[in-house]
Amino acid sequence: MIPDAGTLDAVIDGLSAVFMVVGALMSLAAAVGLLRFPDLLSRMHAATKPQVLGLFLLLAAMGLQLRTWWVWPVLLVAWIFQLLTVPVSAHMVGRAGYRTKHLHRELLSTDELEAVVQKAAAKAAREDSSDGGH
Amino acid sequence: MNRRISLRQELPLLVWLVFVWGALWQDFSPGNLLFGALLAVVVARMFYLPPVEVSGRFNVLYAIPFALGFLGRVAAASFQVMYLAVFRGPYVSNAVVAVPLRSRQDLMVTATGHVISLIPGSLVVEVDRSTSTLYLHGLNVRNAEDAAKLRDDVRAIEARLIRIMGTREELELIRLEAAP
Amino acid sequence: MMQTVLAVTAVILSLAAAGAIIRIARGPSLLDRVLASDVLLAILGAALCIDMAVNRHLDNLMLLVALSVIGFIGSVTVARFVADRREQPRDS
Repeated sequence: MIPDAGTLDAVIDGLSAVFMVVGALMSLAAAVGLLRFPDLLSRMHAATKPQVLGLFLLLAAMGLQLRTWWVWPVLLVAWIFQLLTVPVSAHMVGRAGYRTKHLHRELLSTDELEAVVQKAAAKAAREDSSDGGH
Repeated sequence: MNRRISLRQELPLLVWLVFVWGALWQDFSPGNLLFGALLAVVVARMFYLPPVEVSGRFNVLYAIPFALGFLGRVAAASFQVMYLAVFRGPYVSNAVVAVPLRSRQDLMVTATGHVISLIPGSLVVEVDRSTSTLYLHGLNVRNAEDAAKLRDDVRAIEARLIRIMGTREELELIRLEAAP
Repeated sequence: MMQTVLAVTAVILSLAAAGAIIRIARGPSLLDRVLASDVLLAILGAALCIDMAVNRHLDNLMLLVALSVIGFIGSVTVARFVADRREQPRDS
């Protein structure tokens, strides 16, 4: 059974419409997360990650709407650039946030990094004082 | 440091550069690709990057299911974060979890960190290169079981990445772990 | 149908942009504001995408890539800067 061109067109249109609405909803999810989460690091989760799926859906909708095969590589490159850059900037902001004590300790159920950081800080302090002594 | 890099090590970079060239011109004709390849070689020679240590194997059979599974996980987790943002909001509880990885290679640690950062709900806060330990910030990690689940998740992702492009020794390690 | 989709997504994205702007205005720290402006950039990118998809052209594609690069460089730079500034008083 081969659908005629008209229904195929309608199906593609419908699919891309769904993609666009869900992609836009992902942006809204990011904004809601920004407003409702209590500290910087949990806001990071809401802010950066849903955009990955959102952009994917929007680019897919674009590819479907344009109906030419040569746009797909460009869209793929744009998405892969996003995939490469998002974790890096999220990590940089997250690390700066952790180091400048931008998180609420009472919201953490466990923090396995804190002990390591304190040990390293104590070690650095000891080395500093032994340097100063000589 | 050895300045000579073998073509085999450079090949992934060159292929990627040629692909970007073709995609940006929106033209995949042989002539354009050839010119792109020429430019890619010139760029790779002139703007010399420290060589990335690749193991030289790449298993497509594992890579394709991994890519599809990754997309599925990203989609599922995006909706989960959305749900948490709307319904749990200010009462969400998080944790910073240490995950020791098996691999000692920079590339593998980076790839694992990247993948785990892209999946919503976890974020790499700090990396210890000497012990290849990732410190993750996990959203909605309420107790020790959740933390253990996150740790197992990350190690499973690393195992799948090793199956795709790890060295033979790491592959043996994975096989031994899976055997009993 | 495309016009309805355009209207619906326009409303959703406007709400999202409003949320991000509120966080930029209120955000207790600099990093919060950087994060929120990053989200605002992403929302702009989404709007460009939807415009391209509905009107079937590719004019904004390079603008989209440039936008994400600016967001990336901006947030990385500010993150480094903040980390440096806070560490200095402790060292001295």
